[in-house]
Amino acid sequence: MSSNKQISESLAEAGRMMTICNACRYCEGHCAVFPAMELRLDFAAADLKYLANLCHNCGSCFHHCQYAPPHEFNVNLPKALAEVRAETYKSYAWPGFLAGLFERNGLIAGILTAVSLALVMVLTFALVDPAVLSAAHTGDGAFYAIIPHGVMAYGFGGVSLYVALALLMGFRNFWVEMRELDPAPSGVAAFGRALLDVLTMQNLAGGGDGCTYPGETPSHARRWFHQLTFYGFSLCFAATSVATVYHYAFGWPAPYAWTSLPVLLGTVGGVGLLIGPVGLLWLRHRATVETPETADPPRFGMDASFIVLLFLTSLTGLLLLALRETPAMGLLLAIHLGVVLGLFVTLPYGKFVHAIYRLAALIRNAAEAAR
Amino acid sequence: MTIDLTKTYDVLVVGGGNAALCAAITAAEAGAGVLMLETAPCHSRGGNSRHTRNLRCRHDAPTDVLTDAYEEAEYWDDLMRVTGGETDETLARMTLHQSADCPAWMHRHGVRFQPALGGTLQLGRTNAFFLGGGKALVNAYFRAAEALGVEVLYDADVTALAIKNGTFSSATVSHGGATHQVRARALVAAAGGYESNIPWLKEHWGDAADNFIIRGTPYNQGVVLRDLLDNQVMAVGDPTQCHAVAIDGRAPKFDGGIVTRVDCVSFGIVVNTEARRFYDEGEDFWPKRYAIWGRLLAAQPDQIGHVIIDSKTVGIFMPPVFPPVKADSIGELAGALGLDVAQLEATVSDFNAACQDGNFDPTALDDCHTEGLEPVKSHWARRLDTPPYYAYSLRPGITFTYLGVKIDAAAQMIMADGSTSKNMFAAGEIMAGNVLGKGYLAGIGMTIGTVFGRIAGKEAAANVLK
Repeated sequence: MSSNKQISESLAEAGRMMTICNACRYCEGHCAVFPAMELRLDFAAADLKYLANLCHNCGSCFHHCQYAPPHEFNVNLPKALAEVRAETYKSYAWPGFLAGLFERNGLIAGILTAVSLALVMVLTFALVDPAVLSAAHTGDGAFYAIIPHGVMAYGFGGVSLYVALALLMGFRNFWVEMRELDPAPSGVAAFGRALLDVLTMQNLAGGGDGCTYPGETPSHARRWFHQLTFYGFSLCFAATSVATVYHYAFGWPAPYAWTSLPVLLGTVGGVGLLIGPVGLLWLRHRATVETPETADPPRFGMDASFIVLLFLTSLTGLLLLALRETPAMGLLLAIHLGVVLGLFVTLPYGKFVHAIYRLAALIRNAAEAAR
Repeated sequence: MTIDLTKTYDVLVVGGGNAALCAAITAAEAGAGVLMLETAPCHSRGGNSRHTRNLRCRHDAPTDVLTDAYEEAEYWDDLMRVTGGETDETLARMTLHQSADCPAWMHRHGVRFQPALGGTLQLGRTNAFFLGGGKALVNAYFRAAEALGVEVLYDADVTALAIKNGTFSSATVSHGGATHQVRARALVAAAGGYESNIPWLKEHWGDAADNFIIRGTPYNQGVVLRDLLDNQVMAVGDPTQCHAVAIDGRAPKFDGGIVTRVDCVSFGIVVNTEARRFYDEGEDFWPKRYAIWGRLLAAQPDQIGHVIIDSKTVGIFMPPVFPPVKADSIGELAGALGLDVAQLEATVSDFNAACQDGNFDPTALDDCHTEGLEPVKSHWARRLDTPPYYAYSLRPGITFTYLGVKIDAAAQMIMADGSTSKNMFAAGEIMAGNVLGKGYLAGIGMTIGTVFGRIAGKEAAANVLK
């Protein structure tokens, strides 16, 4: 019950601020939150959860607010919406009894990753002949000399299916509540518009020179680092998908040549997924120091652990690529797969879910803005 | 940055709002060493500018931030209409003329604008809207000023100016518990008006001023203005007038800004504490009438009015920040407002009986009016007959004062004997009365501040660097 009470306090505070914002509207040029706010006269719980997930936490509306503390109106919308957003992550988690994983999320993500890594390492050491593990392997199916293809495919396939199901159910839980808010369907156009918002990250442009993140001076730094991370992640995902097609459709087993499509996609994506997360973590740290009012310090662990996991996934993957023909390959493969397993199992219970709910909110936003 | 208050600066800018910043930036760009003294702490810097949103701007063709055209002749007509000709024509024409290149200059110094707006207040043609509002503008200008080497001291109260024969030599500054004598070769006074100084307001408004709410900064105490006038600078503007609008009576005493406005007066009726109407609520569109309502309220008992609407009106005006008083009958509403039940019921029933059927249209001066009622309601008169009923209590909200210092086209102060001061310049609200003798035109305060801030900065720098 205490968590329900907390939800209502966060929502009440966000609602109080939105009423002030809706009478002011000076921030309407910054992002999608304010035009969406202007379509409303009052703010029910579902409205606030929607607006909270539409907010990209750039901080512009705080730095430009004539009612920011110490003004008695005490308006700090990024903080209020961050609190609501954090509550929605818990309330939409699937299955529901795992919502608690969002508490002290940085620690939990660390433990889950350590367990995943340990599991893969222990199994590898237990099941693989030490001589095979420490030998150099080349040619078709070299990786599978260490970990059989079936174990890799079915193991990660199973985990992926669970992760996809958990994310989909989270999306569904959010969507159902938003449908209560506005039962009108969202068309293909709305989905396209939302996708464009994701691909361009227009809402992190601050309406011009970028957002006030990590400090008061507008900058596109966060947008750039997020794009590197997003496109890096997407290219790595594409690399894996292409490799899967190669394996099953064409019977071409990994490893692939340096000039092959999966390796090119994975390398370019991997480099993005090194630079992007480093930049995001650096900005996240600076924001927490420079503007703790808006940087959402309680969720630093959640954000940082996801960023670090992305970085480690890329780092271990690139190391594996670079050293795949040396005796270090066996150990690196086990480490990389352990990190990837950690990333996968934490996806539905960490910062990654922002992508799911933000996409849903952007689709809703595109649909209602078009009307 | 450590600030050495013992050295002699080229230009001392007193103030921290739009005009002060424009002056400091321009003077620094001309090569002057500039010190800005802002009386507010850093978090509340920017004076009333941080509550502003746009600037009224001449343009002969559509731009990226303004629609259509707003030519000088029309701008001039608008100014004449609100001031009734109480303006210095030379300075006014300069303001309107130079407003055209303000947006580009502002953009160069970090201010960003929203794309031309369609809806809000229908001002997208005449006014350029700052992205993020006035505080974003103030933040951008402080960054620009500091990048140019302007030294900025917050919590710096100027308590006195040393002026002899129209020549400024130093300012007495109270800062951090110590008093300093800060010397400079030229002064730019951009320290605003005196609307936050209630005792001063009471000189002309009497005890009614105790019930005034100040919409902007509490730091506009008029210390610099009074000091200049006491030092024989010529005064301009009506000392008995201030810009007063009707705002929500629950607004904070200071700094309530834009959100305290109540935009439903023209759609309802307004009664005083005696539960009687006292003025035509539907005389004209609210943006053209809200300013006279401040004065109307100031003349009512206890400076209070109550606007009453019924449920038909909900949703057709900008949402106010405070919730309305709500009741299912007029009698119950009277009770909740502390009004005489029988009198309010009589006032409403008289009004309802006088309402003529018409085609209600909030976007036009419609034909819904009263007949045989005193005072008349000329437009948007609809019977209060659909509960629940809602009420907002109103008080006068003071925006700015008109009294200021007389300047010439170089923003240089004119002394009481008609001579020109040697090294004293003024910009912003402290001299706005030269252009705006009375009334108000949305966004012209920022125009005056930007135009004369830049002139004052340029001329002050030229004055010391020649």
